[in-house]
Amino acid sequence: MTTTAEQLSATTLLRFATAGSVDDGKSTLVGRLLHDSKSVLTDQLEAVEQVSRGRGQEAPDLALLTDGLRAEREQGITIDVAYRYFATTRRRFILADTPGHVQYTRNMVTGASTAELAVVLVDARNGVVEQTRRHAAVAALLRVPHVVLAVNKMDLVDYAEPVFAAIAEEFTAYAASLGVPEITAIPISALAGDNVVEPSAHMDWYGGPTVLEHLETVPVSHDLTACHARLPVQYVIRPQSAEHPDYRGYAGQIAAGVFRVGESVSVLPSGRTTTITGIDALGESVDIAWAPQSVTLRLADDIDISRGDLIAPADDAPPVTQDVEATVCHVADQPLSVGQRVLLKHTTRTVKAIVKDIPSRLTLDDLSQHPAPGQLVANDIGRVVVRTAEPLALDAYEDSRRTGSFLLIDPADGTTLSAGMAGAAFAAAEGAVVAADDDAEWDF
Amino acid sequence: MSAVTTTVSEGTANPYALSHLDSLESEAVHVFREVAGEFERPVILFSGGKDSIVMLHLALKAFAPAPVPFALLHVDTGHNFPEVLDYRDRTVEKHGLRLHVASVQEYIDAGKLRERPDGTRNPLQTVPLTEAIQQHRFDAVFGGGRRDEEKARAKERVFSLRDEFSQWDPRRQRPELWQLYNGRHAPGEHVRVFPISNWTELDVWQYIEREGIELPEIYFAHEREVFNRNGMWLTAGDWGGPKEHEAAETRLVRYRTVGDMSCTGAVDSDATTLDAVITEIAASRLTERGATRADDKMSEAAMEDRKREGYF
Repeated sequence: MTTTAEQLSATTLLRFATAGSVDDGKSTLVGRLLHDSKSVLTDQLEAVEQVSRGRGQEAPDLALLTDGLRAEREQGITIDVAYRYFATTRRRFILADTPGHVQYTRNMVTGASTAELAVVLVDARNGVVEQTRRHAAVAALLRVPHVVLAVNKMDLVDYAEPVFAAIAEEFTAYAASLGVPEITAIPISALAGDNVVEPSAHMDWYGGPTVLEHLETVPVSHDLTACHARLPVQYVIRPQSAEHPDYRGYAGQIAAGVFRVGESVSVLPSGRTTTITGIDALGESVDIAWAPQSVTLRLADDIDISRGDLIAPADDAPPVTQDVEATVCHVADQPLSVGQRVLLKHTTRTVKAIVKDIPSRLTLDDLSQHPAPGQLVANDIGRVVVRTAEPLALDAYEDSRRTGSFLLIDPADGTTLSAGMAGAAFAAAEGAVVAADDDAEWDF
Repeated sequence: MSAVTTTVSEGTANPYALSHLDSLESEAVHVFREVAGEFERPVILFSGGKDSIVMLHLALKAFAPAPVPFALLHVDTGHNFPEVLDYRDRTVEKHGLRLHVASVQEYIDAGKLRERPDGTRNPLQTVPLTEAIQQHRFDAVFGGGRRDEEKARAKERVFSLRDEFSQWDPRRQRPELWQLYNGRHAPGEHVRVFPISNWTELDVWQYIEREGIELPEIYFAHEREVFNRNGMWLTAGDWGGPKEHEAAETRLVRYRTVGDMSCTGAVDSDATTLDAVITEIAASRLTERGATRADDKMSEAAMEDRKREGYF
């Protein structure tokens, strides 16, 4: 922490994710961000220096700052999503640090699911490789609003602008073709510290922000409030006390958009309409509230509303359906098969469901589709068709990440099987269809 | 060459910007309400330390104007600071809560646990905690753990599945995506829930200040008789110090964390107000536990091992 007084004023919070492999220097980049933003404290640094010396390394190995579980230390790899925290005078950060190996697609998907920005790391010597395309595809699939391409190890290519420009151009073209809305390319050396926190003295030709500057200034949550308003009801608050005999409030976290007192709303799936008479925002009554605030709504009519219902503007309610078409990332070790009975958890509602079809599996390296795989295994991305026992007020994931996403759960042991995104997989994509004799509907 | 994009600087320009504390508060409240909606018998682990105090405050806000629909559980090591126990009892009284106490001392007296040679009782909390969970059939147990506290916690889930022995298996933890928490569990199993996972120490202090939350006095600078053991100022008392070769002295100190008297060190401080405490922490060059907790210094893998056994 560099300052005190300034830091203590309220700042905004940015959640972001990193994708890249050990070889790209991801741990070093993360360690550098933590170290150079003065977020590493004396005792942590001492421990790192001690281990580095023990291994005969000259400089402290910043990658050690982010080592977690013993299994990883022994294998020297990162096997799960780790969350890290740091702050500057301008912003608080939550970093989902995700491993980049192919078998850990599920971890990257997990980290990207809550991220508003993703940093994709490439080695300047290797440029855009298969794994880079996979990382871009995951960011596009999860609809992460901002993507940063960090071209690392510029020190090993003599800080040459043409090397950076070629990689930036190739990546930007590819990510844009997948519909990534915003891409920022930054040439860095995590090891030497160029353009991570401090501007590089070696790359006068680059006039853009450092990685940290970009993280500090990128807009947050702006897209959430511009969306259709949605409030999944979590809990009904009814004190039934002498002080509050008639209070009845519908508690939940606004998933998207803005709600106002006086607004006409529909309650789904029943479709009944009523008016918002009050909004309690954790202790104070307000006229307006927006995502992602946790609030309690009070409504004009005493209609039957319970956990699992969705409150939305009367003139902007989502469709209600029992047939879900979606892209899923399979995250469990046990497979997902056609005909399998599952539970589907969508917002605050969990319903029984059956996997009707798995039309195709998608290879992230080249976006090729493999028709009728029959089942999905861990780290597979695929299209599924699911029939639910009860209606869901489901948005397309592209319109609303929180109300367009769902989990498939094994009813037998509770395992989270798959992470689903309703609707089309990508905003735009040119998939190479492996076999054309399949008539599955693709939105590509 | 310049960056591909230009970004709009934020701040007051965006009418829908939430402060980081509001974001964290909203997320924690969401977690409390999820558990209330999906579990039968949740309980909040309450130690009287600042993290559990913040948790309780968030729970109170999450369900207002109705009461908190959970009981509290305190694992009492028998070496707790009297100021903290007093605070605990006053808080329970004030909010009309139900408190369960699992006592390490009772287990020792009954011969079910043995005192360690080093006198520290923190590791002894696991058995009373686990048995209390089984006995009361709690299916969700809220803890004040934060991911920034320690490396083994960086990968902890918000909903952390435990078997009937309270054991944590890193391979059985479910991926957590979006804000969808999966709390399904078999009978006898339970879920540890960490609503303030994403908070840092500074966030907790800033929130305490913003909300005007009262804390036990030991968090603020006061004169106390302490002695030095393994480089930490421990409070003198019947629990086991100072020993013959250790000299007690009176110093102006405060505590950054509240645990067991036998393993929680005080820091030299003249911060008597929240404001002064926050300024001190923001300027601090030592992490919270590194400075004050002997048990985290044991070994790099110590916390991981203890979590597997069912520790917090």
